[in-house]
This record gives sequence, structure tokens and C-alpha cells, in this order.
Amino acid sequence: MSSPALDLGAARQAARTRARVPRATGLQRLISPIVLLLLWQAASSSGLLPERLIAAPVKIAGTAVDLTADGTLPNAIGVSLQRVVEGFVIGAVAAVVLALAAGLSRVGENAIDPPMQMLRALPFYGLIPLFILWFGIGETPKVALVALGVAFPLYLNTYAGIRGVDGGLIEAGRTLRLGRTALIRHVILPGALPQTLVGLRQSLGVAWLALIVAEQVNADAGLGYMINDAREFMRTDVIVVGLVVYSALGLITDAVVRLIERRALAWRRAFQPA
Amino acid sequence: MATRLPTRVAPEHTARIRGLSRAFGDRTVLDRLDLDIERGEFVALLGRSGSGKSTLLRALAGLDRDTTGELAVDGTVAVAFQEPRLLPWKRVIDNVALGLPPGGRERARDALREVGLTARADAWPLTLSGGEAQRASLARALVREPGLLLLDEPFSALDALTRITMHRLVLDLWDHHARDTSVLLVTHDVDEALLLADRVLVLGEGRIAHESRIEAERPRRITDLTALRDRLLGELGVEEGTR
Ligand SMILES: Nc1ncnc2c1ncn2[C@@H]1O[C@H](COP(=O)(O)OP(=O)(O)OP(=O)(O)O)[C@@H](O)[C@H]1O
Ligand SMILES: [Mg+2]
Repeated sequence: MSSPALDLGAARQAARTRARVPRATGLQRLISPIVLLLLWQAASSSGLLPERLIAAPVKIAGTAVDLTADGTLPNAIGVSLQRVVEGFVIGAVAAVVLALAAGLSRVGENAIDPPMQMLRALPFYGLIPLFILWFGIGETPKVALVALGVAFPLYLNTYAGIRGVDGGLIEAGRTLRLGRTALIRHVILPGALPQTLVGLRQSLGVAWLALIVAEQVNADAGLGYMINDAREFMRTDVIVVGLVVYSALGLITDAVVRLIERRALAWRRAFQPA
Repeated sequence: MATRLPTRVAPEHTARIRGLSRAFGDRTVLDRLDLDIERGEFVALLGRSGSGKSTLLRALAGLDRDTTGELAVDGTVAVAFQEPRLLPWKRVIDNVALGLPPGGRERARDALREVGLTARADAWPLTLSGGEAQRASLARALVREPGLLLLDEPFSALDALTRITMHRLVLDLWDHHARDTSVLLVTHDVDEALLLADRVLVLGEGRIAHESRIEAERPRRITDLTALRDRLLGELGVEEGTR
């Protein structure tokens, strides 16, 4: 787990390294992916790469258009997105509530943190058989798996963030006669925010992964179902479309968190060389 | 825990301490210490490193619950620490206004003007220079119109030039506030104490081991105070001429 300070150091380091290498223009950076795509297409067209292993890029693109046009893809995305959103909200709310309780009170810490620290070691994909026994094979086990995957990184980071708030600042808050509520609101929560956002980013990554795993096991709708169904008919083109959509969704959520970070941690940007 | 009873402070005093003790484990740092601070008085507290200056200041600030003895302060206490301790996620003006009743922003602006930081009111604290941050911290303490202003080596991290400016600023502010505010300045710098204070205390063996009044008019020149300077250095265990 990275601390905000380390993160910052890494960011600074990255900014410096980046600055030293002459920046490639957007166009230059596109060259090698395009060449790779062309090679792939050539291999497919020449029969070197059979379609039962992987379809040609042009065919995949065509399939993506077809799946979008007939509503299959938007439908599948909708179903999967709903699972992630529901699981994320449940997991995130639980994580933040638990982290606040554990971070802000001794009693909460003793009651909540030990079991959480023990459970974090659990390989939670291994819980799928139990989840199926408990929740059947409907939406519940998938949402539950996402929620669980989200909850741990977010809890651990939020809790560590709260506990890591500079004691000097808390003392300063006390000398300003801030009450407990004001102290939490103005000092502790903002102080914990950088680490919490690290946790948010981790937990969103886990959320998509948990969804993919859950949808592979069993599903009658959604992206995972689309992919599994395609496998039975050896439709590698559909499988690749599904994978591309998964990664696009992952990238979009990551961009959203970055945006939140940029806005919420504007005070920290002062640190980083432009 | 030390009792805090404002009623027991005589009207001419801001703070009254009787028999204040503080131990960490079996190490006694403050040992039945007595101290009165007069209303509007500027007191400098000297002492070797580890003699308990910060411990005494923290007790006065109400940050230490594990002291024994009697401690009473009349009026609000405000603190400026050695590090400015500004909340990095609040702009300078919001740091100064933090904890003030509604309408505090106007007063915060006035306080920033007093310390010459109007131009940096909307800056993030991390973009301030060391001296600017220290002035912001001072504004944050002053805006509370404290009866007792505690300064724990707030200038020690500053360069010599900035330190001189800060000395002037503190004296000006103290003057400006009609000297209603008592100041307790912790410092390890004998010259700083001599230039600023009405009374200089030396902490040793857990008590006030020595005190001197300085009647000289301000602004003072250190060359006029060499006799006292040598005596204080002696109290601090520094041989004459070694400094
Ligand atoms: N929380 C603590 N736990 C244990 N010992 C402490 C604690 N705080 C202070 N002490 C000890 O008490 C003694 C006095 O500390 P204090 O910070 O008051 O010294 P000081 O006079 O301010 O020194 P300096 O000039 O170096 O700042 C030191 O020996 C210190 O190690
Ligand atoms: Mg100290």
C-alpha cells in the first residue's frame, strides 16, 4: 500500500523523468500500435492466424458495430454496469462507515480493525462457491463479490489515512478551539482524503476484476455472458469485443477518479513541478 | 490533571501557575513550578534543550492533560508553533478564519493585513515561503484576540534577516493590540529574548531557575544589554566568551 507521501514522491519522480525524455507527439505514439494492428490484419488475411484462435481486426470492428446496432452490446454493458455500480456503492459505503468507526474511536478500532485485517488475507475469489450456495446464481452473488472486492482496499486505505493524519495539525485544531465534529470535518477527513482516493482507485480496479470473475462463473446476461456465449460458438470476434469493452470501462472509471483527485487535491498540486 | 480555574487569576494577571509538575515515566520534567504572567506582559522563556519549555507551553495551551498542580488562564489562549501547522487543504484566509464565529473571514482579512499577507490570502499554504507561513500562523493566533499568546520558537527556522523582520512585526502587533495580550515566547536565542521581552525566565531543574526584568526602552540594541546577556548565558551554562 502506498502512502500519500510516497505517492507524491513517485509522481514527482515521474514528472521529472517525463520531462527529461523529449515528448513524443500524439501522432508519433500512434505509429507502433497501428503497425501492430496492420501486422495482425495481414496475418489473419493470409490465413497465418486462424479465426478460431483470434478474429481479424476488421472483422472485430464489424462485429462491434453489429452488436451495437442490434442492441446486444449496449444491453450487456447496461447489465454489467449495474452490477458494478450496485456492488461498488454497497462496498464503498460499508468500507467508509467501518473505516470512520475504526479510525475515530478506540472502541471501534478494537471491534472492527482486527477482523478486517484478518479477512483481508482471504482470497476472496475463492468465496464464489460459498456465495453461490448462499445467494444462488442470480444477481446477488455477483454484486456481493464486487462489494467485497471494493470494500477491502477502500477500508484499509481510509483507515490508514485517518490514522496517519499529522498529530501536529490535530493539536493546532485543538488550540483553535475546534470541537470534535469540526476537528473531524476540517482536519481529519481532509487529511485522510489523499490516502482514501488511493484506496478508491484500487477498489475500482478490483471492482471490474471481481465482476469479470463473477460473470465468468455464471451469468445469463451482461458482458461476461456475451463472452461465454461466444466461446461456445467459437466467436473470437465477440470475445475480443467484450474484452475491449471491459478495458474501456476500466479506463473510463480510472479517468473519473483522476479527475476527482485533481479537483479534491488541488492544494497538493502546488508540490508538483508543472 | 491541572485545574483550570479562571476565577483564581488575580485581575492583574493573565496566567497563574502553582506547583505544576509533569513527568514522563520516571523522568520529571516540570517540578512544582510556579509562575505568574502579568496582563500585557511580554515574557521570554529560555532554557537548555530538553529543559521542558515546550512541555510548559503545552500545559498552558491545554494540550497536556497529564500535569499535576494548579494552572489558571484568564482569557483565550492562542499558539504559534515552531512549524506553522497550517492546514494544507485550506487556503491561507480559511486557515486564519478556522474556528471563528460567522463573519470571521473579515477579521481574518484584517489579521492578514496586519502581518502583511493580504496578497497571499487565497494561496495554498504549501506555496508559502517559510516566513510567510510563519506570519500566517501568527495571524491565525492573533485573530482570536488572545489574552495569552504562546509562541514556541516560531522564528527559529527562519533566516536571520526574516527573523529580524518578524521580531519587529511581533512587537508592532503587541503594541497595536494595546498590550492587552500577554506573550510567552519560548526561545533558545538569548538575544531574541533580550530584544523583545519585559521579563526573561530561565527554566532549569523543572522550575523557573532565574528571572530578570528588562526595563530598557524598545527598540533595543543588544550592545546595551551585554551584562545581562552574559548573566543569562551563565544561567544557561554557557561560559562567557564561548558564544
Ligand atoms: N511525549 C513525551 N514522551 C516522553 N518524553 C517527553 C515527551 N515530551 C517531552 N518529553 C521529554 O521531556 C523533556 C522536555 O521536553 P521539551 O520538549 O519540553 O523540551 P524543550 O525545553 O522544549 O527542548 P527544546 O529546546 O529542544 O525544544 C525532554 O527530555 C523530552 O524528551
Ligand atoms: Mg521545545
